[in-house]
Amino acid sequence: MKRRHLSKKEVEHIAWLAHIELSEKEKITFTEQFNSILDYFKKIDKVDTEDVQPTYHVLDLMNVYREDETTPSLPPEDTLKNAPKKEKRFLKAPRIV
Amino acid sequence: MPKLHALTAKETVEKIRSKEATAEECVLSFFERIHRVEDKVHAFVTIVEEEALKKAKEIDKKVSEGKPLGRLAGVAIAVKDVICTKGIRTTCSSRMLEKFVPPYNATVIEKIKEEDGIVIGKTNMDEFAMGSSTETSYFGPTHNPWDLSRVPGGSSGGSAAAISTDEAILAFGTDTGGSVRCPASYCSVVGVKPTYGLVSRYGLIAYANSLEQIGPMSRDVYDCALFLSVIAGHDPKDSTSVKAAAKDYTESLIGDVEGLTIGVPKEFFGEGTNEDVEKEVWNGIHKLEELGASCGETSLPSLEYALATYYIVAMSEASSNLARYDGIRYGYRIDRDNGDWSTVYSKNRRIGFGAEVRRRIILGTYALSTGYYDKYYLKALKIRTLIRRDFENAFKKFNVLIGPTMPVPPFKIGEKIQDPLALYMCDVDTVSANLAGLPAISVPCGFTDGLPVGMQITAPPLREDLMLHVAYTFEQNTPYKNRKPPLK
Repeated sequence: MKRRHLSKKEVEHIAWLAHIELSEKEKITFTEQFNSILDYFKKIDKVDTEDVQPTYHVLDLMNVYREDETTPSLPPEDTLKNAPKKEKRFLKAPRIV
Repeated sequence: MPKLHALTAKETVEKIRSKEATAEECVLSFFERIHRVEDKVHAFVTIVEEEALKKAKEIDKKVSEGKPLGRLAGVAIAVKDVICTKGIRTTCSSRMLEKFVPPYNATVIEKIKEEDGIVIGKTNMDEFAMGSSTETSYFGPTHNPWDLSRVPGGSSGGSAAAISTDEAILAFGTDTGGSVRCPASYCSVVGVKPTYGLVSRYGLIAYANSLEQIGPMSRDVYDCALFLSVIAGHDPKDSTSVKAAAKDYTESLIGDVEGLTIGVPKEFFGEGTNEDVEKEVWNGIHKLEELGASCGETSLPSLEYALATYYIVAMSEASSNLARYDGIRYGYRIDRDNGDWSTVYSKNRRIGFGAEVRRRIILGTYALSTGYYDKYYLKALKIRTLIRRDFENAFKKFNVLIGPTMPVPPFKIGEKIQDPLALYMCDVDTVSANLAGLPAISVPCGFTDGLPVGMQITAPPLREDLMLHVAYTFEQNTPYKNRKPPLK
């Protein structure tokens, strides 16, 4: 029997953190699939990474600066064009509080 | 005379320059071809006939006025639907962006326009570039032109299929873990994943931004070199863009590998590699030996962990990148959205994203969460360092490394899609180039039961010239370039 890394309840919690609703059926299949994927990921546990620096990026670029010059921006009507809901020159968001 | 849609980019530009054909005739020949085969192949999500013809007429006007023409004059180019095209919808093959019309062009699009290239349409892909089969597209799968019951590879499956069926001359792909090379291999075309940072990512809709690059796809190595020469170069709009001088990669296409050293890492022929694929790739390596290269077997021990490392990094970055899709500024939004923000977002993302995208976001969220960050994400980044070191050591002994692009030939549509891990395993030979930021190319190197096999050549950072040189020599001395899929 393979070790279970994640329970259905944990999957529900992570999906909530990620703001993705799941159907009841999906919670079950995802839990199964996640456990087999995480089982595969286990193989990295045995690698000795003591004193190894992480690679966040392959390029050794640090602090890329540019001149602080203003350039034209997109007109507001263009930036709003893809918004599903808007009012005047504003995006319409769902209720926050 | 071959049909206009069967010409290479080089030949097309020459024909238009010498007035043997007009750009309009060339472009029309592609739309004719598209209308003939597209219902069988489904390479495109969107076709832009009117705009393409308008652009072609502009080029013909330039010709008649004796004005200078760009390096891609009249060349029909397909664009993977993850690259922003101003005024042309860009969907990522996702319901989330089904209606998204970008208000700006990606830098690579500006670059091909400057050289008089013509965008003819947007190609199908795995949703948000997450997949190796183009089956996760919201718009349905693309079919492999060599066998319509099989996958074209992914995630740039539409781009590869379009080139292979002569629906386009060149196509943009993007490669996060093999998404240019895999479909290039499965459709018997040429595909390059450039060195990380060589091609601007501005306007590329991000999935895992420390890994991905836009890459050229074409029917032969010359066209790939030409296309790469146009799109490579520093871009101030992309902070990870490399400050490398512009190069004409076609100048490095010498048909001779005398004196070059080729390393063959045994990890590229690991467990699960199909015997016929292995045989064809070894035949390819021996061919290069015959042509004067010296080959030696080698080992990159950390590659054993590359696949797990890749998926942890990619999923983690995906969970963060795709957080932007909340349905407020753009993207799918449910109609009845009078609930609180959290519920509305969660519903938008449930309906807007397909299963594979949700799986990766959720697992990535887990890998980055408190208590698991060190175990998964940080550990993977450390192994990434070990993989880079292995490559550095190998390149002290060898000019390039060669192996199969894909461990198995193209599989049946539906064969693997229910088992995510089985599908992930297909990426085992391609992901390491992304983790290490190296350039890699897939070139056709044979067939097994009528299905294409691709050979992968990996080179040190910014040595695309060397990689293309080897690929070109191989192509010039093998017959695979001229073989066409059995599609009428």
